[in-house]
Amino acid sequence: MKIRVRLFAMYREALGRGEVELDLADGTTAAQVFDRLFAGTAYEKLPRRTTLYAINQTYQPPATMLRDGDEVAFIPPVAGGLA
Amino acid sequence: MSAKTILEIVDAPIDAAAWTAKLADPAAGAIASFLGVVRDHARGKSVVAIRYEAYREMALTEMKKIADEAAKSWPLLGLAIIHRVGALEIGEASVLVIVTSAHRADAFEACRFAIDTLKTTVPIWKHERYADGSAWVDN
Repeated sequence: MKIRVRLFAMYREALGRGEVELDLADGTTAAQVFDRLFAGTAYEKLPRRTTLYAINQTYQPPATMLRDGDEVAFIPPVAGGLA
Repeated sequence: MSAKTILEIVDAPIDAAAWTAKLADPAAGAIASFLGVVRDHARGKSVVAIRYEAYREMALTEMKKIADEAAKSWPLLGLAIIHRVGALEIGEASVLVIVTSAHRADAFEACRFAIDTLKTTVPIWKHERYADGSAWVDN
C-alpha cells in the first residue's frame, strides 16, 4: 500500500523535506512509520507520547494500522525541541 | 442556531478591525476578541525573529471543530479565528479570535475557550530565533 507522510517544524527539518511517499506492507502502523523514518536521527529515541499522530487530518492513536492512500502526519512535541 | 463562522490561515498582516466588520450583526450586543501578538522575549531570551508554520488543511479542520463546539456551548451570533503564518515581526498579530453574541458573558467565555483550545489542538508551530540560537516552541 502507498501512503503519504507530511512533515512539519522540527520533523520537516530533520528529514530535509515536507513530504514523503512510502510503499508499505499491509498492517503497518503510524508509529512504525515514524520509527522507520526517524531511525538514526536525533528523534529516534523520543518518548512515544511526545508526538501526536494524525491520519487523514484527524488525531489517531500511534498503533492505528494504515490503509492504502492514507495521509499520515507526525505532530511534533509542542515545547522544547532540538533545533 | 448557526453562528456566522470565519476560519482562515493567512500570509498577510491581520487587520482586526476589518475582520471584526465582517461579523457585524444588529443582534449582537457584545463583541469579544483576542489578539495574540509576537513578543520580544521567551524563556528568558531575546527573540529576534519568528516564523509560524501550519499543517494548513488539518489546522482548518481543527479550527472548524472549535467553532462547532463553541456554537453548541454558547448562543453565539458569529465566530472568527484567523491565524497568520510565515515570518512575523515583534508586535505583529499572529492570531485573532472574535466572538459576537447578544450578551457579553457568552462572548467572553466562548472567546477564551476558542483561543485556549486552538493552542492545544490546532497544528501550527512557532519557530523562535534568538541572538544565540533558535527553537521550535509551542504556539
